[in-house]
Amino acid sequence: MTLIYEASRAGRRATAQAPSSRDDCGGIPERFLRDTQARLPEVSELQAVRHYTRLSRKNFSIDTEFYPLGSCTMKYNPRASNTLAMLPEFLARHPEAPASRSQGYLACLYDLQQILKAVTGMRGVSLTPTAGAQGEFAGVAMIKAYHEARGDQGRTEILVPDAAHGTNPASAVMCGYRIREITTGSDGDVDIEALRSVLGPQTAGIMLTNPSTVGVFDRGIETIARMVHDAGGLLYYDGANLNAILGKVRPGDMGFDVIHMNLHKTFSTPHGGGGPGAGPVGVSDRLLPYLPVPMVARDGDGYRWLTEEDCPQSIGRLHAFAGNAGVLLRAYVYALMLGREGMPRVAEFSALNANYLLKRLQAAGFEAAYPERRATHEFILTLRRQAKSLQVNTMDFAKRLLDYGVHAPTTYFPLLVPECLLIEPTETEDMETLDGFVAAMVSIQREAEEDPDLVRGAPHTMSVKRLDDVRAARELDLAWKGNG
Amino acid sequence: MPFIPHTEAEVQEMLATIGADDIEALFDEIPAQLRCGTLELVRAQMSELEVSQLISARAHQDGQPSCFIGAGAYDHHIPAAVWQIATRGEFYSAYTPYQAEASQGTLQLLYEFQSMMTGLTAMDVSNASLYDGASALAEAVLMAVRANRKSKSRRVLVPRSLHPAYRRVAQNIVRNQDILLEELPYDAAGGHTDPESLERYRGEDITALVIAQPNFFGVLEEVDILTDWAEANGALSIGVVNPLALSILNPPGSWGANGVDICCGEGQPLGIPLSSGGPYFGFLCCRKTLVRQMPGRIIGRTRDLDGKVGYTLTLQAREQHIRRSKATSNICTNQGLMVTAATIHMALLGAEGLARIAARCHTNSRELEERLRAVGDVRPLFDRPRFHEQVITLPVTAKQVLLELADDNLLAGYDLSRDYPELQNAILVCATEKRTHEEMDAYAAALARVLSRRGEVTRQPQTERMVKS
Amino acid sequence: MSNIPSELKYAKSHEWVRDEGDGTVVVGITDHAQEQLGDLVFVELPEVGSLLNAGGECAVVESVKAASDIYSPMSGEVVAVNAALEEAPETVNEDAYGDGWLFKLKLSDLGEADELLDAEAYGAQIEAEEH
Repeated sequence: MTLIYEASRAGRRATAQAPSSRDDCGGIPERFLRDTQARLPEVSELQAVRHYTRLSRKNFSIDTEFYPLGSCTMKYNPRASNTLAMLPEFLARHPEAPASRSQGYLACLYDLQQILKAVTGMRGVSLTPTAGAQGEFAGVAMIKAYHEARGDQGRTEILVPDAAHGTNPASAVMCGYRIREITTGSDGDVDIEALRSVLGPQTAGIMLTNPSTVGVFDRGIETIARMVHDAGGLLYYDGANLNAILGKVRPGDMGFDVIHMNLHKTFSTPHGGGGPGAGPVGVSDRLLPYLPVPMVARDGDGYRWLTEEDCPQSIGRLHAFAGNAGVLLRAYVYALMLGREGMPRVAEFSALNANYLLKRLQAAGFEAAYPERRATHEFILTLRRQAKSLQVNTMDFAKRLLDYGVHAPTTYFPLLVPECLLIEPTETEDMETLDGFVAAMVSIQREAEEDPDLVRGAPHTMSVKRLDDVRAARELDLAWKGNG
Repeated sequence: MPFIPHTEAEVQEMLATIGADDIEALFDEIPAQLRCGTLELVRAQMSELEVSQLISARAHQDGQPSCFIGAGAYDHHIPAAVWQIATRGEFYSAYTPYQAEASQGTLQLLYEFQSMMTGLTAMDVSNASLYDGASALAEAVLMAVRANRKSKSRRVLVPRSLHPAYRRVAQNIVRNQDILLEELPYDAAGGHTDPESLERYRGEDITALVIAQPNFFGVLEEVDILTDWAEANGALSIGVVNPLALSILNPPGSWGANGVDICCGEGQPLGIPLSSGGPYFGFLCCRKTLVRQMPGRIIGRTRDLDGKVGYTLTLQAREQHIRRSKATSNICTNQGLMVTAATIHMALLGAEGLARIAARCHTNSRELEERLRAVGDVRPLFDRPRFHEQVITLPVTAKQVLLELADDNLLAGYDLSRDYPELQNAILVCATEKRTHEEMDAYAAALARVLSRRGEVTRQPQTERMVKS
Repeated sequence: MSNIPSELKYAKSHEWVRDEGDGTVVVGITDHAQEQLGDLVFVELPEVGSLLNAGGECAVVESVKAASDIYSPMSGEVVAVNAALEEAPETVNEDAYGDGWLFKLKLSDLGEADELLDAEAYGAQIEAEEH
């Protein structure tokens, strides 16, 4: 589709959207002013509306397609969350409005803090991190602050399973730690002996996702927690897969000291084409003093902000204001609609859907990476057989699924399973949709056997065919520079 | 069961397929002693109607006071089309465009965003956004430290006239990487960073210099001199800019002889509602030669198998999902939906529309200043040119005055004494294009009322540095 | 089967070393390594004049989906780098042992050559990794 720049005509504007004339900026000396107009498109309001509406139709989305993207929890985003977070008073609220004019808003945040504490079993929650990765940073920074406050300076390593999200090691490095990888056992659980061999006085902590990124609940979690704590380290819980256990088992009860939650996953706030998210952090007693500010406290009948002055040991602020308020409001609305009855249903039906889908795919001849294990809210298939015998690999299957009107599952993650598909159906999908996915996979398998080039050349029905990533990286074209 | 579609018959059929007696059996690998009971502290589930009533009442409770605060979040008009389109399900409920062929809408839009940001800033390249302006500055500092290989000191000069929350956030994010942020004082009369104050660093190993335009006080900095100083001293320059202001102000790519190396800022003025401070989006632009040190998603234009133009994530080898512990940043997604809105906003306004709004903000803030001066004993603190914010001093401590005005449904400004103890009586005020003459009159009248009331109680002496007109 | 010239020495981490006979060596990545990485899109080289330790990270090669650190097979000072790769990283794919060389080292410890693998041993290692 043409770029908005290519539809641009000099002098055209959406005239309703700006003052009818340009005021004189006489108060600003010439040397501060720009002498050429910024290169932006010049289009009418209708042109802009039509262009972006048409662009939107080139996307797959939850509202339009099944989107079983493993580890991303692409479940239905209730529209009520959006409508209520966009009430005019919330949109107009300035972040620096005094607490006296913000009691309604602060009450929502306070309630959300309480709900998140209850569902995670942690002692304190700060809502301010703006994304899962920022929550990870905050969590590791708190671990660091804890050891430093105790004068325990020799702890320089963070342990990370080889199956972990790449953000885990990257966040720990931003906090000044060295990374020690630990291997995953053949059953999908952390290899306890491997863990024992790397634990020591240099261990600051371990970052775990449980259920893990290979889609199983680590049965040894109590042993792991005991071993790490005995070694003087702390346990970090990556909340990426919290959806699988919501209301069934709590990270705090497993022995974790700090957790981040991805509200855009478990609490169904929109992914928005890649953000905004929200990554609140929860902590056990020992990390309470270090939570990032600001937080909301209840004071008699009212609410107030807790800032650096109230929390002198805090790791401080990570956002110019108080985090992604609009995302927090959406999560709050969702949590209220779920209530205490709805929380465990999330885990139950996401597990039901995942286990059903796994069994049906296995029955259809697909190979599970961990066939001995229960699926949690997601599971892994490996297409190594297809890759070897048919030269049709996971990427080909993924691209062909698009032609069947299904967004591809996560591919080639986690790295330790060859030719893998990580599939997370979520609790909001109905049985027909899951059956439709199985039918599509079976059909693609048949195509791979009978007409492999059809699959290798997929997709065929999208607005573009497979894109040349190598050209994109070698001949960088990152911004429109004009015609010619 | 909200949002769960299963009928009882389907549940039974699915369990039979799985070979499980009941749903509980699916959790049999979790040690029994770890299981939690009912979440008593969470309230019972509510219907959409009940939640709407609760939330609407809370929103209503806070009302919509007349807003003269800026301080990094600005109350601008947003065309109705912006959020109507941005919240279409195809944008709202899509994820990061990993499957490029099924995400061309988001990808082309992000490419257009990158193009628009390079247009506004006059820089070579832009990423697809970061969390907010403050964390964008932190990422820019980390990027400069990586990119300036000739410098070994990891010392970055940060003006005290930069947004105090940005300084704190940058410090909190870089503190564990042995990076030293050193504060440059502001000039007491001008409120700007006096280029002379850099002379004490001449000849020293400085990794980067941060330059804000406008600065936190709304004051315009001598950006050309500062940028050239950085280049001459082997430091990279990092511009921190208001993107709306760039529709009229000289863009960072043109500062000094060769422009800045990196620029970043808060994208909120481009179509993002105030909404209590977030979600907003940070942006980051740089010279082409530094692109591999950039954090965050970057979209590239390429061709498909048939030679047709298409868009895809590129330079992914910088990122955490590939580079893991050696990534340029831990950042994963960006602020996609905010950028969607900002792109539509910029397309609707164009350069001329943005410039008209920026100019109106400038004139409105001057008009506000005139009205406030007329109150008496109220004057601007700094004598330098400014964009759309202004520091004014009151005859009394600001905090209580602001609280009283808030009770009058008026957010009269930002109390600077929180971050600048030397500015006890000073507030930062902003009048965007949305503030009407009636609102400004009402502000002046309310301020006069409150001051006269307080003047009878106490009168604080003004410090010398504050009187300069 | 990938190409493993017999006149070169190899590091376990898939770099090759060519002895220039004057106390310097030329270093690159093996044909096997470039095959595993796929189409290279960027090569980051060490700075001329920098001192490298055997086994230390000194360069990065990037394909679309992977980035791989290059470890210096020997210790010494970088006396030349293949700057042409900045514009044409695909040269490493096309000619890994020739025009796709990465950098040249002036050795500080000639004895380290004994630690390297010969073609046969390196071939056996690749064989073992594939199973």
